[in-house]
Amino acid sequence: MPRISVQEAIFDLAAESAALSAGRDDIGGIASFVGICRADDGITAMVLEHYPGMTEKALAGIAAEAERRWPLTGCTIIHRVGRLEPGAPIVLVLTASAHRSAALESCAFLIDWLKTGAPFWKREEFADGTTRWVEARAEDEAATSRW
Amino acid sequence: MRILYFAWVRQKVGIAEEVLSPPAEVRDVAGLVQWLSARSPGHAEAFAQPRQIRAAVNQEFAQPDSPVAANDEIAFFPPVTGG
Repeated sequence: MPRISVQEAIFDLAAESAALSAGRDDIGGIASFVGICRADDGITAMVLEHYPGMTEKALAGIAAEAERRWPLTGCTIIHRVGRLEPGAPIVLVLTASAHRSAALESCAFLIDWLKTGAPFWKREEFADGTTRWVEARAEDEAATSRW
Repeated sequence: MRILYFAWVRQKVGIAEEVLSPPAEVRDVAGLVQWLSARSPGHAEAFAQPRQIRAAVNQEFAQPDSPVAANDEIAFFPPVTGG
C-alpha cells in the first residue's frame, strides 16, 4: 500500500526511507527523488495550491500504475502545498524493490507522471510583490508520454 | 451541481466554488463551459480561451465531451504544474 501525503509540513527523507525498509529483508534498494524550489528569475517564493480530494486520488492512481508496471515492495509520495521559498523541498518520491532497475525506473516514472497527472498549481512570487502562475511545459508532457 | 475553480480560473471567476442548476440542454463539459461563460464578466474572461482550461468530473480528469449530471462535482483549472 503506497504512502501518499499532501501536506504543508516539510518531510524527512531519512525517516521516510527508513520506514519503507523497517522490518523487511526483501528490499534490495530504495530510489528517491526530492524536488526542490529553485530561484528562477529571482522568485522569492512559490505558492502551491491543489484540489483536495482529487489530488490524493490522482496520486494513488499513479502509484497503483507504478505497482502494476514494476515489482515494488514499497512506495511513498509526499507533495507539499502552501508557500515555499527557494531551497525548500517540494516533493518526495521513494520506491523500493528487490532490484535497482525497478526502483530507479519507477521513481522516474512517478515524478514524470505526477507532474502532468496530479492537480497541483504553482504561483511564483517576486520581490516587487508581483505574482505569476507557472505555465505547463511541453517538455513535461513529453516526459510523461515516454513511459 | 457543484462547480469548483482553481488557480487563475478561480481568480478570474472571482469565487472558488458555486452550486448551480444548469438547464437540461447542458449535457457535457463543453456545454457547461458555454453556459457558465454567460454568467458574469469574470466567468467570460476565465473561459475566454477554452483550450487553456482543463476539467474534472467527480475528481477524474475529463474531456469537453465528458457528460455532466445534476449531482456531479465539476472542477475547472489550468493545465497542472506540480512536482
